[in-house]
Formats: sequence, C-alpha cells, structure tokens
Amino acid sequence: MSHTQIENQLAGRGTLLRDRVFMWSLFVSLAIGVLTLAVLLIYVTVKGWPRLDIRLFTNMPSVRDAENAGAQSAITGTIWVISFTALIALPTGVLAALHLEEFARPDSRFQRFIEVNIQNLAAVPSIVYGILGLAVFARALALGQSVITASLTLALLVLPVIIISTREALRAVPRNIRDGSLALGATEWQTAYRQTLPAAIPGIATGTILALSRAIGEAAPLLLLGAVSFITFNPDGVLSGYTTLPIQIFNWTKESREEFQVLAAATIVVLLLLLLAMNFVAIWIRNRTQKRW
Amino acid sequence: MNNNGDITMQLDHALSPRGATIPLEVNDPVFTLDDVSVFYGDYEAIRNVTLPIGKNEITAFIGPSGCGKSTLLRSFNRMNDLIIGSHLKGVVAYHGTDIYGPDVDPIEVRRKVGMVFQKPNVFPKSIYENVAYGPKVNGAKGNLDDVVEECLTRAALWNEVKDDLKKSAYALSGGQQQRLVIARCIAVKPEVILMDEPCASLDPIATAKIEDLMVELANDYTIVIVTHNMQQAARVSDRTAFFTAELDDNEVRHGRLVEFGRTRELFSSPGDSRTEDYISGRFG
Repeated sequence: MSHTQIENQLAGRGTLLRDRVFMWSLFVSLAIGVLTLAVLLIYVTVKGWPRLDIRLFTNMPSVRDAENAGAQSAITGTIWVISFTALIALPTGVLAALHLEEFARPDSRFQRFIEVNIQNLAAVPSIVYGILGLAVFARALALGQSVITASLTLALLVLPVIIISTREALRAVPRNIRDGSLALGATEWQTAYRQTLPAAIPGIATGTILALSRAIGEAAPLLLLGAVSFITFNPDGVLSGYTTLPIQIFNWTKESREEFQVLAAATIVVLLLLLLAMNFVAIWIRNRTQKRW
Repeated sequence: MNNNGDITMQLDHALSPRGATIPLEVNDPVFTLDDVSVFYGDYEAIRNVTLPIGKNEITAFIGPSGCGKSTLLRSFNRMNDLIIGSHLKGVVAYHGTDIYGPDVDPIEVRRKVGMVFQKPNVFPKSIYENVAYGPKVNGAKGNLDDVVEECLTRAALWNEVKDDLKKSAYALSGGQQQRLVIARCIAVKPEVILMDEPCASLDPIATAKIEDLMVELANDYTIVIVTHNMQQAARVSDRTAFFTAELDDNEVRHGRLVEFGRTRELFSSPGDSRTEDYISGRFG
C-alpha cells in the first residue's frame, strides 16, 4: 500500500453533524441550569447588598423600622429548630435504617410493605407534614407554636430521606467486611455497631446534611404550624416561640416598601450562605472519611 | 525386592509434602462429617459427604468450580447460616458434638473455627485494630499490645509492620493483607482455621509466603483449605479431598466427594478415573 493510501485511510471522516448537535444540546442543557442559578445568586446579592451588613445579625426584625431591622431572631431560630430536627431525626433514621438493612429479613412481606411506604413518604409534599404537625404536635400534644413542634415536624419530613440514604450507605459496605467480623465470633449487633455503621458514616453524614439543608429552607410546613408572627426575641428553650429565615423572608416580601424587599434579599443571601456551608461540611466529611475497599 | 519397594512406597506416602508423618486413617479427628448435604433453598449444592478432618493436619479440598467445596467449607463454622434459605442435612461433628445441634450457638463455633477468605477482607481500621478486633468482640479487656505482637509475629508480618501499627490496613499489599487476616484469625485462639482459596488474588511470591505460613501454623492448628490450585494442594496439604459436580437423574448439578486420601497417594495413584483426569489437567 502506498503512503498516500494509508494517509487517506487514517484521515478519518471529521466530526459528524449529528455528533456536534448532540454535544451542543448537552452543553445548552448544562448552561440552563448553571445560568439560572448564577442569575438568581447575582440578583439577590446585588439587590440585598446595601443591607448585607452587621445589622442583619445584631438587630431584631421589624415591619416599621426598615433602617434598623435585622434578622437575628430568625438566624438563631433557624439554628435552634434545625439542631433539634437533627437530634431527633438522625438517631431515629439511622437506627431504623440499620434495622431494615441488617436485621430484618429482606424476604418478608412486612419488610416490603415498610420499604414501599418509606419511599412514598419521601415524596409527600411538605405542607402535608405541616398539617400533621399542627394536628399532632401543636394541638393534640399541646406543644403549641414552639421550637419543638417545628423540630418534630421537620424531623418527620427529613426522616424518610435519612433512612433511604443511610440504607444506601450501609448497602455500600461490602459483604465480606461483615463476614470477616462474624467469622471472628462477633455477634450481628457487634458487627453492625463496630464495622458496618462506622464504615457507612461518610454516606450517612452526607445524606443527613443534604436532608437537613432541605429542611432549613422549608417555609410551608412552618407557616401551617402558625409561625407567622413577628418574633423579636431569640428562643430560650424548646417550648419558646421562634421564627426562621424562610419565614422572615416570606414576611418581608409581603411588605410593599422597597427597603423590606432589599432586607429580604439580604436575608436570602444569609440563608444561601448557610446552605452552602452545610453542603461544604458534607463534602468535607465525605472526602475526609472516604474508604476504599 | 518387590516387598522392599512396597515398603518404601508406603513410607513415602506416609510422609506428607511438608514432612509430617500422616497415618493412613485419621486417628484423631477434629471434625467428622457424616452424610452431609448442604441446600440453598431447594437446590442441593453438595450431596452426601462423609469425611474426617485430622487434628493438626492440613486438609485440602480441590475440584472444579461449582463442585460445592466452598459451600462445604462454610458449613464447618456455620457461615452458611448467614445465607437465607440455606440448610444442612447430616451431621457435622466437632470433637463428637453436632455443631448444628439445638443447643449450639454459631458464634461460639466461629470462635473455635476461624476463617480466611478468598479476597483479603481487612477491616477499614488500623493494622493494630484489625488484630485486636477479635479479642475485643470476645470480651477481652485492657492492653492487647502483647496479643497483637504475638499474632503478627506468628503470621510472619510483625517485622514488616511493627513501626506502622497505627496505619490503615489498606496501606498493605494484598499478600500482607492476607497475612494480617490470618493474624486476626489467630488472635481469637481458634483450634481450626478454614481457608477459602486464600491465595486466589495473590502473586506467586505472596502465595509462597502464605504457603510457608500454613505449614508453620499446622503445628498448632488444624487447617482446611479450599484451593483451585492443584500444585498448591500437592505442595502443602497432608490429605486431599477431590470433589466434582455431577448431573443427577433430573439433570440437576450437585457437588459430590469423589475421593479422599493422603495427598501423596491421591496425586501419585488416584483411585478414581475422574480424579486422575482432573489432576492431570484433562478437565476443570
């Protein structure tokens, strides 16, 4: 074969139009997501910029004095509510997942029934949890409009997500680690507690934090629970009244004065920063504790 | 002349590849299997095995894939219990006690009968914690430094890791990991060590080290090893059991024990043509 013949054979046919169209549609799809987020971030940051200062953290909310209004009670309220949500949902969710994954018989009908229900619960709209919280915690248990009512309700909201992500994390621990432990005369409980659970911590931590960051941005169930009033004090206990960042944002955006819109934008930035910080913690935990098998 | 030849041959057969003198019959069995069949649901993975395991001997299970040898091995420490739907017929007696009896706790069985797996399954912990794990779950309190050093020394790993005990076990090579698993197994002070293709994922040099270690450990432990590697069985084991998979009348495949005997004898003068075909490489 001559030199030119080989050159021609190796030259290829260039990039087909079909391939280029496909590449571009991928890129455009990605751009839609990223650009929307960027526009949103830039818009709220620019709008809220004049009020993104220390007053937001030191002053209490107000609907009259826009100049001196802050979001301190909403920030502390959010921290109170989300902390108790985590305290309630994390142990419950992890233990439930551990039972489902390690101890329950996977072939039983009851097990399948529970599984389908958890999947469905994860898809229930948050407002429905609000109604449940109002009926059970606020009214039946007479906990009223308190931090604990909100935490219990949000805990129920995130529980299915925590259970599902914990199960995934447990399932990712190889069978042979469990076998190794059992073959040494460890009981199933020792194996779960000393091997499987520690090995699943990265997955559990990331799943939980992502679930909690969903809860932190929830306004709907809390509005239903009656968290609509202006709270100008920080919570001092679980039965204390509270407000949260999403509620505060909601309240300010209802106001007609432009100053309050700016204040709302600044508060949104605070909420977004909080969410970003939580996601970074999730990534940090995952990277720090990542295991290879 | 003829007589002399027979005697030399018998002496030769009594001397196992590792240099131990092995009697024709198992005199002091640790395990006695009597008509053992193991099922997964309705499927009978291995059928009607009767076999003794001699104390401080190395017994090798060989045979083609799917002959049920690993399944049989896992019945010695009740690891098959963990597979839903598995059950066993017949008697697996440990020093005369049926380990599948109603009063037997499988956890206690596993403390007496340790296991080394095909893939080195070190725990995602430090080297030290890997060895200390067994004693800890079995209720050991206080300082385990001596136990860890002793077990790592016995597993021929101490010199390589003594300065890195706090390092992750994953930092070790495959062969070192497998020796760590052996050290971890010894730490529980078992009488029997089951090895399920322990060298399957190792290179020849690491394999040689594990084999040397097995020979060394046979002084104090009873070892049962499943291996795909016939040369390995011929090199280290005292007795060999050859299994094969056979179709029954209903065209269903079952593992069967074909032949059991002293390794030298089985390899030099197999009593069954299937054994001969397998060890000469004609199938499997």
